[in-house]
Amino acid sequence: MNQATAARADSPMIEIAGLNKWYGDFHVLRDIDLTVARGERIVICGPSGSGKSTLIRCINHLEEHQEGRIVVNGMTMTRDVKRIEQIRRNVGMVFQHFNLFPHLSVLDNCCISQTWVQKKPRAEAERTAREILERVQIADQALKYPGQLSGGQQQRVAIARALCMQPEVMLFDEPTSALDPEMIKEVLDVMVELARDGMTMLCVTHEMGFAKTVADRVIFMDQGQIIEQAPPETFFNHPESERTQLFLSQILGH
Amino acid sequence: MVDTTTVTEMVAERRPPDLRRGLLGWLQANLFNTLLNGAVTLVTVALLAMVLWPVLQWAVFQADWLGNSREACSGEGACWVFISARFESIVYGFYPGAERWRVDLVFAALAILIAWLAIPRLPAKRWVGLFAMVAFPVIAFFLLVGGVFGLEQVPTGNWGGVMLTLTIATVGIVGSLPIGIVLALGRRSQMPLVRGFCVVFIEFWRGVPLITVLFMASVMLPLFVPSQVEFDKLLRALVGIMFFWSAYMAEVVRGGLQAIPSGQEEAAKAMGMGYWQRMGLIVLPQALKLVIPGIVNTFIALFKDTSLVLIIGLFDLLAIIRSGLTDSDWLGFATEGYVFAALVFWVFCFSMSRYSQHIERRLHTGHRN
Repeated sequence: MNQATAARADSPMIEIAGLNKWYGDFHVLRDIDLTVARGERIVICGPSGSGKSTLIRCINHLEEHQEGRIVVNGMTMTRDVKRIEQIRRNVGMVFQHFNLFPHLSVLDNCCISQTWVQKKPRAEAERTAREILERVQIADQALKYPGQLSGGQQQRVAIARALCMQPEVMLFDEPTSALDPEMIKEVLDVMVELARDGMTMLCVTHEMGFAKTVADRVIFMDQGQIIEQAPPETFFNHPESERTQLFLSQILGH
Repeated sequence: MVDTTTVTEMVAERRPPDLRRGLLGWLQANLFNTLLNGAVTLVTVALLAMVLWPVLQWAVFQADWLGNSREACSGEGACWVFISARFESIVYGFYPGAERWRVDLVFAALAILIAWLAIPRLPAKRWVGLFAMVAFPVIAFFLLVGGVFGLEQVPTGNWGGVMLTLTIATVGIVGSLPIGIVLALGRRSQMPLVRGFCVVFIEFWRGVPLITVLFMASVMLPLFVPSQVEFDKLLRALVGIMFFWSAYMAEVVRGGLQAIPSGQEEAAKAMGMGYWQRMGLIVLPQALKLVIPGIVNTFIALFKDTSLVLIIGLFDLLAIIRSGLTDSDWLGFATEGYVFAALVFWVFCFSMSRYSQHIERRLHTGHRN
């Protein structure tokens, strides 16, 4: 963690304690404890079905947990709709399948929550949107519709859309898994840029290059549990658990 | 051993070969491309001519257009004098002659409002839409019913013809769409009470024939409510029609809601939008666009089924024409009457259909993700 972000990390960004979740009888998340400091970049990996997506979807209550405590930016998650909506305004999310709104232009995708949720005047929202679209290098496509863009461009717009809300933390749910190989880099570049600017990030991804470049901590999950967490050098070079070693050999071994 | 090949020059872009040039080319490609197809084309054209020619003869070339009494009818073709002589009553029903400007005013305003909202170039859509949805119904109600501001009261029993048909259709369309949307959302609600109410409402109204609804509204309802409470017969029919069609509309809209991927709502949730914002800004605009054909289908069915009100003694377009058939001066012009009624219905329904196709094209924003 760099010095600047460590200095103002007086209270953690996210605190998860004793988190348990079931789908019906199926126990997807088991006794998860996780604290994310301000400015920390975390990469979560693990085999499919290990509960990593479910974990980050619990942080903004897209999934409801049955046991345990989640505190985001000092606010404890309850079932109260108003509180959930308030927490979500501080948490940006990027999805595997982009989930852009196809009936709105790129610019409107970026403005809609600013004007309706944050109640900003349209002109101000548009200025913010254009600035951020500039940052993800897609400002020239502002008036196009999502259906007219490539996958990589759409995902960059989705990142911009989330950033327009000025979130304190960004969640990435396999942001590059649905992309053609030649488009993965343009999205990762934007994410690396974002990490350099000090954004708190939780990324579920299999891009181990990305993890090595920007992550402060890599978390390995299997069967609903956090099996191992370590800084990237330790994680990749000296994994402790056998399951981590097996997983790494499977994804890096070809 | 595989030989290495490399392209040094890129192939220049060129236009596709033009195989179907001109009318002759098109005819050859589409109608006479094989011997059998040629024969089928010729037979079809001959059949069409055999049917169309007599119809045209009857309806246009040998028809009587001018005059104002039965004497003007030669009997060779259609006698449209039957329609023109009764035109006033076909349009206004029994609305008193001196007050018909009120009907004209209301429907002229309605036409202008619809045109304003339909033509993309005209400005201030939001205000015009608000006026059309809020102020206009009130103004139209007082203009048509009267009884205030020195306007003579015209009981709804005197309404009739095209005017009544358009009134029922407009109220039905404008009422059933929003109620249908609310019912569709309610049926997908997480709250058991809301969902239960919507399911029961939809299944009840969808399960009974419209004729039964109209009968219940006009005959049975007065038996159940105290006699000093008196609802207007037209009003009761309007409410019945609105509820009946809103149940159909609800299922059409629900079909659209189900077709929207759950990721859309999740993305809206993740940005902190509340339920009504998610529905109003993200889900419904996409869902409604998707089911425009189904919505317009329901509108068209509603428009045509307004003629069922004749069963409870309201004289819509079709009933007025039918009543004209029993006029002893004009016996024997049933064909002209029904053909004319069919034509009027068809013009309205076909316009709705064309406009909906135009809207679909305009709202198309490229491929969905």
